[in-house]
Order: sequence, then structure tokens, then C-alpha cells
Amino acid sequence: MNISPTNPIQKIEKIRRRQTKVQDTHITLAHGSGGKAMRDLIDDIFVSNFDNPILSQLEDQASFNLAPLLQQGDRLAFTTDSYVVDPLFFPGSDIGELAVNGTVNDLAVSGAKPLYLTCSVILEEGLPVETLRRVAASMKIAAEKAGIQIVTGDTKVVHRGAADKLFINTAGIGIIPRGVNISAHNIKPGDAVIINGEIGNHGTAILIARGELALETNIESDCQPLHSLVETILHTCPQIHAMRDATRGGLATVLNEFALSSDVGIRLFEESIPVREEVNGVCEILGLDPLYLANEGKLVVVVPKKNAETVLSAMKLHPAGKDACIIGEVIPSPAGIVLLKTAFGAERIVDMLVGDQLPRIC
Amino acid sequence: MKYVDEFREPEKAEAILREITKLSHQLEKPIKIMEVCGGHTHSIFKYGIEEILPQTIELIHGPGCPVCVMPKGRLDDAIAISQNHNVIFATFGDAMRVPGSKTSLLQARAQGADIRMVYSPLDSLQIARDNPDKEVVFFALGFETTAPSTAFTILQAAGEKIHNFSMFSNHVLVIPALKALLDNPDLQLDGFVGPGHVSMVIGSDPYQFISQQYNKPIVVSGFEPLDILQSIWMLLQQLVENRCEVENQYNRIVQKSGNTVALQAINKVFAVRDSFDWRGLGDIPYSGLKIQPEYAQFDAELKFIIPNLKVADHKACKCGEILKGVLKPWECKVFGTACTPETPIGTCMVSSEGACAAYYKYGRLSTIAKRTITQKPKITQEPLPACGFSSD
Repeated sequence: MNISPTNPIQKIEKIRRRQTKVQDTHITLAHGSGGKAMRDLIDDIFVSNFDNPILSQLEDQASFNLAPLLQQGDRLAFTTDSYVVDPLFFPGSDIGELAVNGTVNDLAVSGAKPLYLTCSVILEEGLPVETLRRVAASMKIAAEKAGIQIVTGDTKVVHRGAADKLFINTAGIGIIPRGVNISAHNIKPGDAVIINGEIGNHGTAILIARGELALETNIESDCQPLHSLVETILHTCPQIHAMRDATRGGLATVLNEFALSSDVGIRLFEESIPVREEVNGVCEILGLDPLYLANEGKLVVVVPKKNAETVLSAMKLHPAGKDACIIGEVIPSPAGIVLLKTAFGAERIVDMLVGDQLPRIC
Repeated sequence: MKYVDEFREPEKAEAILREITKLSHQLEKPIKIMEVCGGHTHSIFKYGIEEILPQTIELIHGPGCPVCVMPKGRLDDAIAISQNHNVIFATFGDAMRVPGSKTSLLQARAQGADIRMVYSPLDSLQIARDNPDKEVVFFALGFETTAPSTAFTILQAAGEKIHNFSMFSNHVLVIPALKALLDNPDLQLDGFVGPGHVSMVIGSDPYQFISQQYNKPIVVSGFEPLDILQSIWMLLQQLVENRCEVENQYNRIVQKSGNTVALQAINKVFAVRDSFDWRGLGDIPYSGLKIQPEYAQFDAELKFIIPNLKVADHKACKCGEILKGVLKPWECKVFGTACTPETPIGTCMVSSEGACAAYYKYGRLSTIAKRTITQKPKITQEPLPACGFSSD
């Protein structure tokens, strides 16, 4: 319809169709109602930040051509994760960056090139709009860094108290290049276990940021996308056996999953595992074990021993892998068990975590 | 880490270990040493100390984890308090998973009770200040290590006249527990590694009865691996030299007479109970602390109706024998099958500082376990005669 500036009906129509900014300072139930307020919220906060041709269609789904995808590989990698971190903003990162990098990394550790993300948010009534704006802006930057597009999403608002401020779900699609076969089932005795840097920084940063402990540190979350590092690793050694990002449950959980999936033993060398002094200090005070603390930018790679040093050297040249080191070896038995060779030459089990790590009394 | 790494140097550990090995050759029989404190048990397993010791030295993991020794009945009482309308129940994190007879605090929270984890009793007092329309109850437990901070919290609450705050006291005392162990005819011990944190409060003098009446040596120890190794070395020296004394390895922290201010606070706020039930060990006279009548308004046992039922330990559970050193964890029929860290039945599996939990988590395949299973007769030998009564 051609709108004439002189026709009053058409003037009204023009105003009705214009893209508006959210005027409210806090999220209300109207922002999830499906009406004008919600449309404004989506336009103002999400579409403007995540700007890309697929999202701007604002269909109920994102559609994209298969042909270019097929040129990049022969399998899709598809994953989803929800982010409910408290506090929303913490040293080194925030829930928005976490929601992008977390899903990007889940795709990347299969060897996939991450391409598209969804973004679904659950907002608590009363959340400051400015908070959501900051989170969306952070997601935009993270998506740009990871080279992916956020192509569709959803917004729900729940009554005050029915959710904790803001929850985000992201699902992701990536393409796995031909010939790449990374799986926890591929691990063989004799393989080397490599990690790309210090463990426990994210978990410690969150603990401290909650403000329940009278502790001060300068530890920041290690939140970062790992797809580029994975690309480097695969370029150096396409035959890597297994790879996983060590998020919740930490390094110990990933290695236990590896040992069980491939029915092998894994022996870690305590002195080789990089842990920051401050992280060790916080763990000492609270009776926690850094092996179980969460990370958001750490991946564990299991490679044939003959390739270990080459992979390690390549990782060290990448910014996300500059502190990489070999931390263990795969052994035939005890199958399904992770062992730790202590600094004193003794060996102990590193078991699966039971429940959450709980601070001890004394 | 400053002041920590110094106590974890492998080279120094190796040197002490060489001395321990030398001394162990002078022993006539294998010996059993009990570390009383759960913190020691944790360190021993975390660093694999047990595994690097000579085979003739066996470590027995004592009843020193305050969470482990909480009887089911008291847990049930705590859960009953937490289920009162209008109550905020505050607890240390590691008490959350301890099972009562039917459920745990973690499960009670999932079912709707307002249970909050705190890092100090003062945090619970702050919750009371912030929620004047709620009754806040702190689950006070632990040995003399934590009793002073709960005592100070009550004194502060009294000073500020906070009326919506109380404590459910389950504090226990280490000396009566040690006496109960030593009086047990089944006990097979040659010496003790004494608790460091408790001794920081009570001092090393209260252990004199162990050497004087029971003729067993004791060395109060710190928690770092070198502390523990040095303490074992000191114990061996005593045994080899036929001495029987209270020695203090942890003298950078522990004084002979303890911390007077902390002891005064405990005595002011708490009174000794006639008896207290311990999980795995049963009733031990004069081993628990209750709140003095002067501070009755802060006593949750008087403020709330609690079931106060005694719940027997599971019949299949051998925690009592394990704590006395008569059995090893894997010799209990339910170890690692019905009784696991996810579904703990007995005291020793309840927290990670319990003997069974530590074995399950860190060493269920350890060389100690294998060695003991394959060479069982060796460790079931009679222990050395009590020091001072050596056969030579």
C-alpha cells in the first residue's frame, strides 16, 4: 500500500506499522502476551541485535538452503542447552555470552562448524528491560565472534517468582565435515589426554560472584568459543578420537564419561593438571575439588599417542589453547575408571560426582 | 599457594617416607594407627598417603566426621523442625544429603521446606534479621571446632535481642568419643593421629588420658600431607622408642591449653548432655552439647515440638566395627552395593570424609584393598602391645 503523508488514515496506518522501541523499564506480562508489546520487545531487543536475513523474515521457523550446507560436510550436528546461571553477570562473562558459547562449543566438539542458533528466553515479570538489552547485546557480540547467526527464537514471560529473572535456551545446528568421526566410544588404550588450559575458573568465578562468601579474587570465567581451536586441532590431526567441553561436572565428569563409553581406564597426572592458585585456594577453604568445578571454555581432547605432541604444539599456537597440556593417558584397565597419580606417587580414583559439590563444615 | 604448597612438596614427603620406612623395619608387628578427624581421612585419600606407607602400617579411619556421626533420629528431628510453617531452616551444605530414617534435608527442601545453605552460623542470624516475620533455626553441628562460632552467634543474638532465631544443637565432643572407643574391647589400635581443628580449640592437654590411662601414643596433626606423614613418623618414633606421650605436630596452630576465648564461649552457652546418640557408635555419655537454660529462648528443642525418636542403625551396616578398626570398609556386605554415596546406609558412607565414602570415592581399587584382600592374615595379626608394655 502506498501511504500518502497527507491522508490521515494512512498517517495512522504508518504510525501503526512503525517499528517502536520498548518504553517500559521492566518486563510486564504484556511482553509475553503475543501482542504489540511483545512484537516491540522482539524487534527492539532481539531482531535489532541479532540482525540477519533469516531472522528478519520473522516467520515461525528459520529456513535455509541445503545446498551450501552440503558443500561443507555430510552430517548435521544438532544440540540444545538451557542457561539458568545466577548471577546473570559475573566476572569475565554473562548469561548471554554463555548461552551462545555453550551451544557453539557443544557443536564444535563434534568437529562441526557451528552455523545457526535459536534463542528462546523465559523472562520473569519485573526484570529490568535494560538487563535484557545488555544480555542480547552480549549475545550479539558472542555470535559475531563465533561466526554464527541467531535465526529464530521465542519469548515467554512468567509471573514474578515463577522464574529467576531470566532463563535462556539456545539450540544450534552445525555441519560435520566429511571424514570426521569424533566420539567418546573411539578412545583406545595408549591415547593421550589433552586439555586446553586451567580448570575451574568459571565455577570459582560464579561462586565468588554470588557474594555469599567473604572472598575476593580476580578470577574471571573462561567463557569462550572453541570452534576455531577445534578447527586447528582437526586440521593438525583429523584422526582425533574424542573431544568434549568440560562444563558442569568439570574435567572429572568428562573423563568418567569417556572411560565408561569406551570401557577403558584413564590415568591423570596430578602435577600436570593446570589449576590457578586462587582456584586451589577457594577449593581449600570450601572443601571443593577443582576437578569437578565447571568450565565454559575448556575442552578435553583424546588423541592417538603418536599425534599428541603435534596436536599440543598446534593448540599452543591458538589463543584458546595457549596453556594446553597433556594431563593423562588411556590405559586398558581398570576399565571404566579414572585414576589420578598424585604428586606423591600414589594413585587414587577420581569418581563421578554424586549430586552437587557441597561446602564442608570444617 | 603460600603456606600450603610448602606442606605438599613431594621431595620432602619422600624424605619423611624414607624415615618412616626405616622405623617401620624396627617394628616387631604390623601396627594400626587411627586418624580421628574426617579432615585427615579426606587428606589421606586425596593424596594417596595410605598407599605409599609401608605395608606394616595400617590407617584406621575414626569417627571424626561430624556429619557422619549424626544419628538418623536427630536428622528426622531437624527435618521435622524445617517442616514447621513459617520456619527458615539454615544448615551447612554437607548436612543436606545426610539421610534421616525416611528422607534428607535436600529432599525435604524439594518437597517445600524453606531450607537454606549457609557458610557460617552468623549468616543464619542475618537471615533472621532480614526476615523478622519468620522463625529462623540454625542446624548447629560439629565438634569443638564449630561450637565456638555457634556459641558466639547465640551471644550476638542475645545481645541484639533477636527473638526469631534459635539453634538445634547437635554439637558433639571428641574426648568422650575417644574414651568410648578406647574402652571398647574390640579396639585394635596402636596410636592416634589427633584432630587438628578440634585441638586448636581444646588444646593438646586433654589427650593426656590417652597416653596415661590407655598407654597409647597420640600426635596432634595438621591436615596437609606433610603434616600427616610427619605425625605418623612421630608416632613411629614413640612406638620404636617405647615412649607413650601426647605430642603436637601442629604446633603452628595448636597450643597446649587451646583457645581460652573459644572455650569460654562454649562453656557460657552450652551445657554437656548426659548422653548423646552417635550414628554407628550408639549412646556415649557426656558426649553432646545442649544450650544452657540462660539462653533457652535460642534453643530450638524448647521452641518446637520435635519427634525425638531414636532410630536404630541398619543391621547390615558394619560402621561400628569399621570405626573401631575391626573391619575394613570393603568387608561390609553392603559396601558399594546397597550402600553407596548416592544411597548411604551407614555413617561411614554419609559424607566424603567418612571411611567408606573415602574408600568408595578414592580407593575402592587401591592397592591397599587388593593387598588386604589377598594377604588378609597379615593385617589381622594382633597389634603391638600397648606402649610401655612392650615384650622386649
